[in-house]
Amino acid sequence: MATHIQPIDLADAGIAGETAAPPPVRRRRRLGSGIEVVLLTVFAVVMLFPVIWMLETALKETRDIYAVPAKVFSFSPTLEHLKDVFSSGSPVFSGFKNSVIVSGASTLIATVLGVPAAYAYSRFKIPFKKDQLFFILSTRFMPPVVVVIPIFLMFRDLDLLGTLQGLILVYAAFNLPFTIWMMKGFIDEVPAEYEEAAMLDGYSRLEAFWRVTMPLLVPGIVATAVFALIFSWNEFVYAIFLITDPANRTAPPAIAGLIGGTTIDWGLVAASAMVFAIPVLVFAYLVRRHLVAGVTLGAVRR
Amino acid sequence: MAEVLVKNLHKAFPDGTVAVHDLDLEIADGELFVMLGPSGCGKTTTLRCVAGLETETSGQIVIGDEVVSGLRPSQRDIAMVFQFYALYPHLSVHDNMAFPLRAAGHPDSEVSERVNEAARMLRLEPLLKRRPSKLSGGEQQRVALGRAMVRHPKAFLMDEPLTNLDAELRADMRAEVKHVQQRLRTTMIYVTHDQTEAMALGNRIAIMNQGRLEQVGAPMEVYERPATLFAARFIGSPPMNLIEAEVTNGHLTAAGGLQIKAPDGLRRGERVIAGVRPERFVVSAADGDAEAARGRVVSREALGDETIYVVETDAGLLNVRMPPTVRLAEEEVVAVRYQGTAPPVYDPETERVIDR
Amino acid sequence: MSSAIVTTGIGKSFGDVHALRDLDLDIPEGSFFVLLGPSGAGKTTTLRVIAGLEKPDYGTVHLNGIDATEATPAERDLAMVFQSYALYPKQTAADNIASPLRARRMGKSDLDQRVRQVAELLHIEHLLQRKPAQMSGGEQQRVALGRALVREPRAFLMDEPLTNLDLKLRVEMRTELTRIHRSLGRTFLYVTNDQVEAMSMADQVAVLHEGTVQQVGAPTEIYDRPANRWVATFVGSPRINLLPCTANGQLSGNGWQLPNPGFAVEDDRPALLGVRAEDLSLEVRDEAATLAGTVYAVEPLGDRTLVDIELADQRIVVKAPPTASLNIGDSVRASVDLDRIHLFDADGEAAIPRR
Repeated sequence: MATHIQPIDLADAGIAGETAAPPPVRRRRRLGSGIEVVLLTVFAVVMLFPVIWMLETALKETRDIYAVPAKVFSFSPTLEHLKDVFSSGSPVFSGFKNSVIVSGASTLIATVLGVPAAYAYSRFKIPFKKDQLFFILSTRFMPPVVVVIPIFLMFRDLDLLGTLQGLILVYAAFNLPFTIWMMKGFIDEVPAEYEEAAMLDGYSRLEAFWRVTMPLLVPGIVATAVFALIFSWNEFVYAIFLITDPANRTAPPAIAGLIGGTTIDWGLVAASAMVFAIPVLVFAYLVRRHLVAGVTLGAVRR
Repeated sequence: MAEVLVKNLHKAFPDGTVAVHDLDLEIADGELFVMLGPSGCGKTTTLRCVAGLETETSGQIVIGDEVVSGLRPSQRDIAMVFQFYALYPHLSVHDNMAFPLRAAGHPDSEVSERVNEAARMLRLEPLLKRRPSKLSGGEQQRVALGRAMVRHPKAFLMDEPLTNLDAELRADMRAEVKHVQQRLRTTMIYVTHDQTEAMALGNRIAIMNQGRLEQVGAPMEVYERPATLFAARFIGSPPMNLIEAEVTNGHLTAAGGLQIKAPDGLRRGERVIAGVRPERFVVSAADGDAEAARGRVVSREALGDETIYVVETDAGLLNVRMPPTVRLAEEEVVAVRYQGTAPPVYDPETERVIDR
Repeated sequence: MSSAIVTTGIGKSFGDVHALRDLDLDIPEGSFFVLLGPSGAGKTTTLRVIAGLEKPDYGTVHLNGIDATEATPAERDLAMVFQSYALYPKQTAADNIASPLRARRMGKSDLDQRVRQVAELLHIEHLLQRKPAQMSGGEQQRVALGRALVREPRAFLMDEPLTNLDLKLRVEMRTELTRIHRSLGRTFLYVTNDQVEAMSMADQVAVLHEGTVQQVGAPTEIYDRPANRWVATFVGSPRINLLPCTANGQLSGNGWQLPNPGFAVEDDRPALLGVRAEDLSLEVRDEAATLAGTVYAVEPLGDRTLVDIELADQRIVVKAPPTASLNIGDSVRASVDLDRIHLFDADGEAAIPRR
């Protein structure tokens, strides 16, 4: 019974008997309102300055980086640092290579395992389903770093320390719960009746899923995979703990490794960071609509 | 208690769609006035303009002797009941009904009196202490009605309040709404797309189509003599038979020899469309009578208290309403006759009733 | 006549809710069989159990004499039209309709021909290349129907297919469905909560209430001789008037009394009098068989007027001619057609027969 449904535009209209109070007056926003603009500009500058400085550092010649007073606009850009990032001898190049392998593989595993699991949770009657789902979600309640030591010890015993395979496993394990949760939400949105109709048409359940539900899930799968990719790509703690050999390191520790020792090539550091950040920004932009959906799915029952 | 006047109401939306075209309505004090039409016809928009929830593009709304255009809904002294009841889930039935009065500052004694009066009229007394979640749909709608009633407004505005209820409950609530309105004699403007509801409730019905008024009249008037073909098709279930006929010799003759009594004032040879209600036709087993038109029963709906036959004739598919005792089979050849006074006839071009 | 579908003792619960209890149905081959009941009565669950989309907790389903309780939906050779139509959103109407044929690996030219035939039958040839989102509700409904008709299944299952259509379309589709049934001669199992639909389309009606079958019979049988109070209230519009009373030589209620026209009762048995609106009249013929009260409301419907009358503690509805003119508050007496009244046992609510 829809006892709580209040027609949206009627709140406080005072005629459904709710209240005789005057309705809230809608204040028209005018962009010329000085104080707001000033505050927002200050805020924007403060937030964006480090990023802009990093971008500039990546494109400045080394001597301009150290120039005093600091050169904010008057420098001639150079691409030499970016070239250094991609030269085969550079430590960050192998870092990027390993990052691509590890992120890609762990996302693939999480997706291939997670989607069928999510389907089962969505469609089938499973004993203690709610408890299972809560348990799955609960693994994300704690920061991953909490269990880094036990995993380190386990991997040492299993000879997985220092290997890319080990890291892939860890990332897949951390991505899987999130993949299941997000995909279950997407699958819940597709009415089971499509599959039922297909089954009555004569298809098996698997054929029905593949022909009818899958095409509708593609955007959801892509969004979920991108989330997993972003997590794996940015992960630092396990990457630095489990792998010490520079040849096998992923990008975050590799870039961090540039800082230390006698002279720090800041230009290279900045350029590496810039290159590192770009894929994430691109992907995040692509799934921007689902960023909200993923967080709130399941919270509001249709 | 007040009359409501809608003067030249015109409502256009920013994207260009015109919801209401220059509408004029005069709703008498104490009248139950129904606005009927398919979705998109402008009835709800008109109601919302009267309520103040929409601003008219041009025109005026007058409630009582006050021009209310420009006033906020809460200042118009009206009460509205919606399809979705909007009851406060955390308040009891009594407090739900008392809320508007308390908010307006009425003294407690008056609040109790009014709430009890409404509760008695709507048979809510045993439910006063309950919360909305413990009430059925019909009971909730009665509470919503009660909450509107206690304010003793100048007019009630009802936006399809019964649409959400199942058929059985709707029939009960219909009688209740009618009874309450007649007892209170408060002006009520009621919007619905259900023609049965409109007929049962309205002192007068305004049929609307695409933002324009097709007809305003008492139920029987609209039923017996719809002003346009649209109104003819909209009111009545099964729908009115619309038959092309030619005026011959004091009769209307349709294809296949179907003869219908002709109204006065028509010219010989004039082509018209006759609007015949299903109960004005009679079907019987085919006899030798050359006067009657012939047809074939295409379908038969035995509804218990009557049987509806769909008969295929040269003049088209006809709906015929017969008492349950008459038993004709599907595919049977039958004779179709018209009985009663002359039906309304329509001009095929203007689609309006011919009134001479 | 052989049975297309037989369910024996089907029971099905969802958590605490007993959707079906000991459900027995025997659906004759080729009939238009309607399952009628209010929402929550278990009609959709019954259909889904028959289709194989739900597994019953106990009981069996036989299709043409063969036990199909363990068979998958695909094996049962049934076609279903869902209430929401369940058209595949990314496929055209033609693909939707062809789906069952594709599943059974029919050859392309045969498939195309069948699809075209069905499209012609339902007047949807012009929609074949459209996707569901580009069609109206009525058009979608026809495509859903087409997908069911394109095969020649053992039986057609329909789950309230007309509920989402507006009144005019609904009336049209009703005649169309009966026409299709007559021309195909196949078994139709149709589920609805609209008793007008049931009365107008069915060869046989099974009235379902709280998970069990209350009565099975032809529409007129259910209407004229309801087996119990549930069937009597569910069929017929307006709803049958029910008045509690005690029955022996007289039927006595709160503020009224009627002679017993021959019901087999004795000893002041508590009972329920059932009388339909059309079996009451405002013309007083027999002084002894009347109910007196005040007019509560008058509802003119065009071809009839419904007069709601308030008796001592309840309301009844009388079907009066369209010209009836009364005002609320008027004192009024309604004649009762004693030949047409029903009496139900107050406890078991079963109909009490006449001697």
